Amino acid sequence: MGVEGIGARVTRKEDKRFLTGKGRYTDDMTVPGMKYACFVRSPYAHAKIGDIDATAAKAMPGVIDVLDGKQLQADGIGNLICGWMIHSKDGSPMKMGAWHPLAVDTVRYVGDAIAIVVADSSGEARDAAEAVVIDYEQLPVVTEAVAALASGAPQIHPEAPGNLIFDWQIGEPDAVDEAIAAAAHVTEIEILNNRLSPNPMEPRATLGIYDTAEDHYTCYTTSQNPHVARLVMSAFYNVAPENKLRVIAPDVGGGFGSKIYIYPEEIICLWASKKTGVPVKWTSDRTEAFLTDAHGRDHASKVKMAFDANNHITALKVDTIANLGAYMSLFSSAVPTYLYATLLSGQYTIPAIHANVRTVYTNTVPVDAYRGAGRPEATYLLERTIETAARELGVSPAELRRTNFIRSFPYQTPVIMNYDAGDYEASLNAAMQAADWAGFAARRSQSEARGKKRGIGMSCYIEACGIAPSAAVGSLGAGVGLWESAEVRVNAVGTIEVLTGSHSHGQGHETTFAQLVAGRLGVPIESISIVHGDTDKVQMGMGTYGSRSGAVGMSAVVKALDKVEAKAKKIAAHLMEASEEDIVIENGELKVAGTDKSVPWFQVALASYTAHNLPSGMEPGLKETAFYDPSNFTFPAGCYIAEVEIDPDTGETDIVQFVAADDFGNIINPMIVEGQVHGGIAQGIGQALLENVQYDANGQLLTASYMDYAMPRADDLPSFTLSHQNTPCPSNPLGIKGCGEAGAIGSPPALINAITDAIGHNKLTMPATPMKVWQALHAAH
Amino acid sequence: MYATSYHRASSVEDAVKLKSANEEGKYLSGGMTLIATMKQRLAAPSDLIDLRHIPVLRGISIDGRKVTIGAATPHADVAASRELAAICPAICKLAGHIGDPHVRHMGTIGGSIANNDPAADYPAGLLGLGATIVTDRRSIRADDFFTGLFDTALEEGEMVTSVTFEAPEKAGYAKFNNPASRFAMTGVFVAKTAGGVRVAVTGAGSSGVFRHPGFEQALASNWSADALGSVAVDASNLMSDMHANAEYRANLVKVMAKRAVISAG
Repeated sequence: MGVEGIGARVTRKEDKRFLTGKGRYTDDMTVPGMKYACFVRSPYAHAKIGDIDATAAKAMPGVIDVLDGKQLQADGIGNLICGWMIHSKDGSPMKMGAWHPLAVDTVRYVGDAIAIVVADSSGEARDAAEAVVIDYEQLPVVTEAVAALASGAPQIHPEAPGNLIFDWQIGEPDAVDEAIAAAAHVTEIEILNNRLSPNPMEPRATLGIYDTAEDHYTCYTTSQNPHVARLVMSAFYNVAPENKLRVIAPDVGGGFGSKIYIYPEEIICLWASKKTGVPVKWTSDRTEAFLTDAHGRDHASKVKMAFDANNHITALKVDTIANLGAYMSLFSSAVPTYLYATLLSGQYTIPAIHANVRTVYTNTVPVDAYRGAGRPEATYLLERTIETAARELGVSPAELRRTNFIRSFPYQTPVIMNYDAGDYEASLNAAMQAADWAGFAARRSQSEARGKKRGIGMSCYIEACGIAPSAAVGSLGAGVGLWESAEVRVNAVGTIEVLTGSHSHGQGHETTFAQLVAGRLGVPIESISIVHGDTDKVQMGMGTYGSRSGAVGMSAVVKALDKVEAKAKKIAAHLMEASEEDIVIENGELKVAGTDKSVPWFQVALASYTAHNLPSGMEPGLKETAFYDPSNFTFPAGCYIAEVEIDPDTGETDIVQFVAADDFGNIINPMIVEGQVHGGIAQGIGQALLENVQYDANGQLLTASYMDYAMPRADDLPSFTLSHQNTPCPSNPLGIKGCGEAGAIGSPPALINAITDAIGHNKLTMPATPMKVWQALHAAH
Repeated sequence: MYATSYHRASSVEDAVKLKSANEEGKYLSGGMTLIATMKQRLAAPSDLIDLRHIPVLRGISIDGRKVTIGAATPHADVAASRELAAICPAICKLAGHIGDPHVRHMGTIGGSIANNDPAADYPAGLLGLGATIVTDRRSIRADDFFTGLFDTALEEGEMVTSVTFEAPEKAGYAKFNNPASRFAMTGVFVAKTAGGVRVAVTGAGSSGVFRHPGFEQALASNWSADALGSVAVDASNLMSDMHANAEYRANLVKVMAKRAVISAG
């Protein structure tokens, strides 16, 4: 038992239950009388639905009921919403088509839910779902965003003519055009960002329980933000008022963004529980997850980057078309706008930037935030462009970046963001040294002697984490504030419970949040418990996404600890007849500085609850709450270098080394941070080399299982060489920036830059599969 | 998965009896494809008759250079057999790279060839070795056994009991994995047998595993990877899918054939 504070490699407290199979996930929850749901889903990507005949299904063994969208609508359950308003450049609001939790008259993607079957067993529910007979009138289908904007494309929502949701811009178009016209060199490139399926290890699941006596609902769900789920279900979907709706997100096996959103299934299971009088559980299978979990990325962009004669960037012009799928998911509008275009300055001084973004409906599953959310799109675009520019200008990619690095802070970009701290060259130098960049030419010669093509590529990323200042995001259209809450409850014996609105689904909060408290108070980490994920326990919170739990969630804990500490010092000063200002907290004791007088922490806690001898007028107890609203985003940044060797016979890419040099500010637990970076890089390598969601022309999902959707596996990955640089974040009390998404953001362009370096030209899209690399090699010849 | 009844057959006769008593039943010999298909509700056999626990169907016996592998022998046993590796290391290597460790301990040689997945490894190995497939009724030459995609010469209710082959003078196998499924996107088995050179290709043909006469002739006159350089691979009968089009597969057929020859020595 020892004190394990900030900076220690504390092994994860939660791993004992995870590694021994004792985690308690939504699908592990069982309540008396519980029944099982199966959704009837559209087999067509676009169709009118007519008669829904459930007569035969209802007569099947074990079936309790079959419910459809008209019944849901009749009971006043609302449509799903997108929570971030974006206005087009002409001032008009985004054109949001209606998303009924159960389709009423039209289905718009394969997997769109039409009815729910509730039965005694999961198998019986599936059997009955297959027996529901639906009249479909098939409609023309479009799955590609660019095609959906073409004239004559199938019209998907009546609210959005031509399938255009919004046509938004940021920056100064005239200044950019002038700079391009005056440029010594302009690099032009078209960038495709491939579409990804999130694939958390635990598929989505929900258990809806309606209590007739109390007229109260309980929703177990695989959510990254149970309080937002309750807020949205209460305020917008009319499921129940907040005091009659408890949302519990217990152990959750990964999210990567896909479990931020409120999906139809949790709403429908709650409603179905009331309709049928039984608790209703639904657990997605893997194919259902491919079909219905919100996808990520799917951008097509045209880029122009202008340079003066000294290779300084003078302007950046970006035109992006983003596929949002069949409906606008909860944060879908924010991802290709304020989480994307605001990062287009990267690590560089760019005097003028203009980005135009059009978002489009297609007959595909909704697209929303996925690990990185907008920032990988910006980084991939920018880092491929500057690498291409370096090749065109005949300068080294490192030198071109150095020439353009931002070097003084704070730095106001032309696209809203105000960078508070950073040292981009430090990460660049660390990465180049770790990668032995200087020795690359010799290594390339060795590869060539063996008949292989070798390439090296870098990526200097920046991201905005710790989302986000509430007033700022409110002014940009967000429907919610993005603060966080914390409550620190000191028990009478001195043990401590920390209640947080952050949610851990792999991040290790039970360890890192406890480290913060242990270090601050000098008490054993075992005496601290972290409570999260239950709206009945934690009053309110905004959840975990956008690498915000450390920077925002832990900062709220700091504020609550400030209050606890202040009160504890008052009590200790009173007990020891000393001045409050002289009390210091060290090693689990409250001491009078410069004396041998002290009281142990537990005795102060006990005194606060016995209340026999408290300072005059002080309330008993030791429990404090705080809300923390950040004053700025945080800006993690770094440099990644990938070195690859390609087999020209097969097009197979072997990643021979991968170096990551990250500046995350101060680090709470280096082991957990390294784990986050490893996982992020693995996902980035997945995007760059393997993963790709593909629909056919009829909107059928071709990559609906692991037989066809290529996930990265251990043997696809090299060992990673990591290092950390540190410019502490000035805008939060811990100086931390966030590390959850960096790996996924920084790695794809480094890899593609390395592969294009190896093959000698730039015509390559992600994922760089063996076939595509082989084709690219042959196209070059 | 639809409900099914599981039977553990104790002998070949017991298995045949169970199968004939259950018209909608299926033999199960590892279930690496069948169980997955059932979980997707694409197959619904009324009964599963498990062959893996029939003692005579398991094991590898070697008599001089004649090899007999019981149909219910798991891939892991073939991969780990020192006796077999001493006379035909290529088939051990092939078995050792099927799927993952779970698959190699559950999946069996009989199950694999009876299923005849066009991307499975064993069909290439057995066709390349000129093996004979022994069933509860007869013996079938590999050349006659693999008849198309998921199709074999097996009759309704006929059960593979073993495969036999003469250890070749030389043999090698090289495959290129599908990046998603890790099945062979192209796998080539080459063998110098008493009956001549044989080259079998899996994962690539639109009708399943096939022999490549051009490669066989070239290697018969000059057993070297270089001999294959000028031999054309016709892409017109090769599969095209999102992972590999026919042109790329044709390239892989040649590259893997060369590597197989090199690994054969």
